[in-house]
Amino acid sequence: MAAPAIEDEATQEQPPDAQPEPEAEPDREIVDDESRKRDLRSRTLDDVLAAAGSLLGALGLVWVLYENLLPTSGPLGFFVSWFVVFVLMYAGVTAMRHPRTVMADRVVSAVVHAFAGLVGLSVLLVIGYTAVRGAEALVHINFFTSDLSSAGPLDPLTVGGVLHALVGTLVEIMIAVVITLPLGIGTAVYLNEVGGRLSRVVRTVVEAMTALPSIVAGLFVLTTVVLMAGFQRSGLAAALAISVMMLPIIARSAEVVLRVVPGGLREASLALGASQWQTVWRVVLPTARPALATALILGIARGIGETSPVLLTAGYTTYLGFDPTSGPMVSLPLMTYQLSRSSEQVDQARAFGAATVLLLVVLLLFVVARVVARSKTGR
Amino acid sequence: MTTQVDRPRPVRPSVPVSDRVFRGTVRAAGIAVLVIMGAIGLFLAYQAVPTLRQFGWGFFTEPSFIPNQEKLGIAAVGLFTLQVAGVAIVLAFPLALATALYISEYAPARLRRTLIAILDLMAAIPSVVYGLFGFVFLTPHMIYLSRWLSKYLGFLPFFDVRTDVNAASWEQSLYTSSPFIAGVVVAMMVLPFAASIMREVFSQAPLGEREGALALGSTRWGVIRSVVLPFGKGGVIGGTMLALGRALGETIAVVMILAPVFDIRLRILENGGVTISSLIALRFGEATQSQLSSLMAAGLVLFLFTLVVNTVASTIVARTRSGSATEI
Repeated sequence: MAAPAIEDEATQEQPPDAQPEPEAEPDREIVDDESRKRDLRSRTLDDVLAAAGSLLGALGLVWVLYENLLPTSGPLGFFVSWFVVFVLMYAGVTAMRHPRTVMADRVVSAVVHAFAGLVGLSVLLVIGYTAVRGAEALVHINFFTSDLSSAGPLDPLTVGGVLHALVGTLVEIMIAVVITLPLGIGTAVYLNEVGGRLSRVVRTVVEAMTALPSIVAGLFVLTTVVLMAGFQRSGLAAALAISVMMLPIIARSAEVVLRVVPGGLREASLALGASQWQTVWRVVLPTARPALATALILGIARGIGETSPVLLTAGYTTYLGFDPTSGPMVSLPLMTYQLSRSSEQVDQARAFGAATVLLLVVLLLFVVARVVARSKTGR
Repeated sequence: MTTQVDRPRPVRPSVPVSDRVFRGTVRAAGIAVLVIMGAIGLFLAYQAVPTLRQFGWGFFTEPSFIPNQEKLGIAAVGLFTLQVAGVAIVLAFPLALATALYISEYAPARLRRTLIAILDLMAAIPSVVYGLFGFVFLTPHMIYLSRWLSKYLGFLPFFDVRTDVNAASWEQSLYTSSPFIAGVVVAMMVLPFAASIMREVFSQAPLGEREGALALGSTRWGVIRSVVLPFGKGGVIGGTMLALGRALGETIAVVMILAPVFDIRLRILENGGVTISSLIALRFGEATQSQLSSLMAAGLVLFLFTLVVNTVASTIVARTRSGSATEI
């Protein structure tokens, strides 16, 4: 595999032409040894000083101007001005010693790092804030062991919990998986292994359905299953709505996974006299198994968080129930949504608690997906 | 004179029974999916017909949505939908591009897998969590930014707010629940989708050309500008459009943040607004059969719009990828 080694070179900190002359680094002795690899990754003293100096200089300048001289205030403005001044200083400092190419490179690098850092920070903020606010409810053990039927909006957090929503989430997602797994993987196998003229239509339609907004899927199930067929708003209806959302996702990602199974394996199996069925069952699917599992788990993670289809089809209850066919059944995202509409502080704490439990479930699925993906790949 | 020509033995590969059953089964699965998905589309269209027939073009030009008074239209909700999605894309595009470039070009190789997993995780965070975060945490902080924008950039029609921006005690509530704040939250939600598609396309940029650029003395930005971005242009456009498709259909986070207002206006910093999907979420409960039909019609318009956006996007993305199967 040549790829990683070359990627390393592509991701080195500074390309060779940007390195200053060796005498710029007095602390490094130059060994005239051909066998020793030249260290491409290290930052030079010049790089570090230019960046750190501009960062500190900008901080000082902005502090003086923004906080003390100009009539401005507020942390957001401070950080934005700091960054802008930093980029300007960094560009200026670089321009004094290097050609314009290097200056452009450094400025872009600073901007990319800052924006990517901002994205990372926002993820941390969303998860961290939810978890911190949710911890208030999660520390009470009854939050996991009881439903919300006995807890009014004025009861303290020591009463009531999310058990009913957790059970509802698991029941709904299990029904959805039972529906989507065979259909989704069957469709993927059809599209990839059997093919034919009809398969192109199927592929187009599946692709189109990934564009279906989740609320419209909920509206469809509400009209057909609940209003026309006369079923109650129930866990089953919610599961059907989730299935409608998950089916195209799983079918598509499974097809992508099957497409990367090397064609040589299929041909080898067929050449040995195996039938197509045996080839698919014994060669293609086992080869793709870890990736298929990952695709499925990621699909489940998406399905578990669906709120809007469930909002239309599941109804709302505070009682624990295991029967998906009759009566409303609430799931974690729906409970979070309903509680967040309340103006009571306690309900908001419960909403954050339910959101944290939901995040933990999604996180758990992700860890499982990573472990599955890493375990004994077929390739 | 005739010579005995070697004739190929006629080979009629007979398909064994097991294969016929197998093909039949998977074809049945495919057809079932086709039927389900097709049924949804046809059903939506069928349900929307009465409303569209009754209101005609007025359905697209009437701002208010009051079924009892026979005043029904999606002009205002459609406009708000575009505003929220527009804010989301304007914010998400540069951040997604930078994130994708960081992961594929700048991040240390050993961190890359972890970062990709974090990006996937970010995409899987349920929208209700983003909505809760936006509603409880972001709104009280964002109103200061909204006020700043309206104060200094208020001459732009979409940053205008109908209030005295220089008043000593400013009306904080006027700046909450605005399409701008909803757009910021939606931007956080759609960003990972755009970023992961861009990253995937960037990582497929041909190695030879990367090395060539480096060998000619390119800096890293030089490699990005001359190899990665031209090669991944389709992915950048397509990924952004896919994110736009998701932003248009986003419901829960928008419902949690926006306060319902039916106006045709462009002042995105001002309180209130309804998107098509939040309209459905707000109104389905009290809807009669004919009102459901009008909601269906609105949903159909939204679906057709996201469908066009997504189809164009996936066509663009698919064109940049090489379709060849992996060989061993």
